Amino acid sequence: MTGTLVIRSSPHFVSGAAVDRIMFQVALALAPTTLWAIWTFGLAAAVTLGTAVATCLVTERLLAARRAGRTTLGDGSALVTGLLYGLTLPPGLALWMVVVGGVVSMALGKLLFGGLGQNPFNPALVGRAFLQAAFPVSMTTWVLPGAASRFTALPSSSLAIPLMEPTFDGLSGATPLSAWKFDAQAADLGDLMFGSVSGSVGETSALLILLGGLYLAWKRYLDWRIPAGVLGSAALLALVLWLIDSGRFPTVPATLFSGGLMLGAVFMATDMVGSPITPKGTWIYAALIGVLVVLIRNFGGMPEGVMYAILLGNACTPLLDKRCKPRVYGHAKAAKGDRS
Amino acid sequence: MLSFLRKSPADGTTIRGTFAHGVHPPEAKDDTSKLAIRQFPFAPSFVVPVSQHIGKPAKVIVREGQKVRRGECIAEPDGFLSVAMHSPVTGTVRGIGPVPSITGRMVEGIFLEPSAASSQEVMHGTPCDVATASVDEILTAIQRAGVVGLGGAGFPTHAKLKIPEGKRCDTLLINGVECEPYLTTDHRVMLEHAADVMVGLRYLLKLTAAKRTIIAVEANKADAAEALRAAVPSDLQVEVAVLPVKYPQGAEKLLITALLGREVPSGGLPIDVGAVCTNVATTAEIGQLLPTGQGIQERVLTLGGPGIRDKGNYRVPIGTPLRFVMETAGTTGELGHVFLGGPMMGQAVSSLDIPVTKGTTGVIAFTADQTGPLTDRLEYPCIRCGACLEACPLFLNPSRMGLLAKHGRYDEMVAEEHLFDCFECGSCTFVCPSHIPLVQHFRVAKTQMRRRKAKA
Ligand code: SF4
Ligand code: SF4
Repeated sequence: MTGTLVIRSSPHFVSGAAVDRIMFQVALALAPTTLWAIWTFGLAAAVTLGTAVATCLVTERLLAARRAGRTTLGDGSALVTGLLYGLTLPPGLALWMVVVGGVVSMALGKLLFGGLGQNPFNPALVGRAFLQAAFPVSMTTWVLPGAASRFTALPSSSLAIPLMEPTFDGLSGATPLSAWKFDAQAADLGDLMFGSVSGSVGETSALLILLGGLYLAWKRYLDWRIPAGVLGSAALLALVLWLIDSGRFPTVPATLFSGGLMLGAVFMATDMVGSPITPKGTWIYAALIGVLVVLIRNFGGMPEGVMYAILLGNACTPLLDKRCKPRVYGHAKAAKGDRS
Repeated sequence: MLSFLRKSPADGTTIRGTFAHGVHPPEAKDDTSKLAIRQFPFAPSFVVPVSQHIGKPAKVIVREGQKVRRGECIAEPDGFLSVAMHSPVTGTVRGIGPVPSITGRMVEGIFLEPSAASSQEVMHGTPCDVATASVDEILTAIQRAGVVGLGGAGFPTHAKLKIPEGKRCDTLLINGVECEPYLTTDHRVMLEHAADVMVGLRYLLKLTAAKRTIIAVEANKADAAEALRAAVPSDLQVEVAVLPVKYPQGAEKLLITALLGREVPSGGLPIDVGAVCTNVATTAEIGQLLPTGQGIQERVLTLGGPGIRDKGNYRVPIGTPLRFVMETAGTTGELGHVFLGGPMMGQAVSSLDIPVTKGTTGVIAFTADQTGPLTDRLEYPCIRCGACLEACPLFLNPSRMGLLAKHGRYDEMVAEEHLFDCFECGSCTFVCPSHIPLVQHFRVAKTQMRRRKAKA
């Protein structure tokens, strides 16, 4: 009647949640944004994304397998990092730079720290930050959206010879943020929402990003507190500033729907590994990012600050986890170690 | 939080709040919840371990070769934290010696052989009349009847019901939550023995002097709530509370929080917040045994899981070997995984040579080819998703404890993360997308820390 009985310590039931499932759902939630980006920027976006994803996958395959003793591509995290990284890049960025940044993302941003779950910073942003520092001009040169030739020709900059700074064709445009910052030009809100503006590959349609975020929040694969906190605090501060001087500071909708804020709030700041694990810590983290974004945009030297705001938020995470422990059932005060 | 979404039963009883966090495992109760309790046949031999409770093992008072009757006391309580054992059959004592237990350790037990000729009528003892008996007499009667928590914990019931000097009990809670998947014994007992529950209540009320009595049932057992409500005698004030289904609501402390909004202090007992909590089957048992002076010699358990052919709720004599249980009920294939109790906290058995004891709430079996999904899971590193924190009903941080455990940093688990508050409900492991055996690590850590302390 019995073979060998399995001895397993309870629970003997599990929920079926799995890391790979979460990652593939995130990738799925990014699909609308990705497709829209390709529609808007054509081949330039497609090859940038393709190269970014391929680079991340290959780097993970080569470096992580050795450490883990098995291929870790199946967990889907490299795919998600690749996609996110690709979405933060300007379409038309020289492909060799895309490759360099991708390797930096995975190798320095993730695998150096021990791989999945160990990276203190969002790997995609680490790669992007590296490129921003190394190639500031290329990283802030934007192609125009919706160009007629976008499906037939690649911008010449994409194909620049490795180690050479590319030359740019006449197609480059200004992002709504830099237009505001440097030329005091406000973009049309509808254009911001639907993505017909210049910008990074995935920064264009705030609505589609939001849609993906809602899907993930509904599936509970994303902590809704983070986008709520980031957008909420950014909106609040923007409102205060705008009330003080509406000529100098952008409106609340312009703040929320422009640049990388939506993509950052929904898909980057929510990276589970780099964000706090306790609810209270999460709120502080999110509010901090929102405030930093508005401060950097309006008072810093750069038109965009989402990337640095999130990286700074990531840096605060260990501290927030330590300080924001919830009160344990049956204990009067929060846990010891709280104030240490 | 989403109180407006909760369904109210038709009769207008309020569904109360619940505790924070927790999980929703599949209930898996439909196979057996509609099946009435049936008497299980007698095995050709029995083995009654003398320690089926927390505390000191009972003292054997029979000799090898002695004839005993069904329901006769065969082992006496040894001190206060100990209860009596009764013979499950009329027959002969075949020996006294070591028997295997679920932990793998051998414990003392009494081997019995039923006599084929006997009618197997249950022996009665001295009745304990609730109207005339004193508190101490009732406590002694419960102890002599061998009553322990039938919810599975196995703590001697009389010890739990003795209100310590200087404490007061204002609320008596009867736990009919049965939040573990598969188990339907409490459900059936409430349906079929509601009257016994009420008799038992009278004894408990006398012991605790509680002002208020609440019987807690989860919303998936609305029929049981109905049966109980109908059985409440006119002179008793009993509330039947229907709670939303959530695991681990049956845990005493969380049930108190759900019903009364009180939090039992860490390391404390329900009585510290004025409550006493007793399992509903235990209450029914008291109501059944004490008026006639009988002892516990059988219990209701759920025989379920996809590995069992004739699933159901059975009244099984204590001491029935699991092998006989399985052979009688039949299996759907070669068994690969058998555990006692529910899937969330139940203990896996390594052999079928152990007997049914007072704490056996259920026997759940899977065949060898049904165990796969649980065993072949790839473990990933913790991705700090926070699911375990949102599952833990005690607001512990299983993620951090898991990391500390991995590196053997047990001291920090105790000092900073309250390891010993964890009651091993398994909710954290249940939800973890990285498939980290969190609670399993915590058990190891606790054992290590206890050992260290014992050495020091
Ligand atoms: S097993 Fe312990 S740590 Fe895990 S959820 Fe239950 S009480 Fe919390
Ligand atoms: S559920 Fe698992 S992966 Fe998620 S935080 Fe807890 S331990 Fe880490």
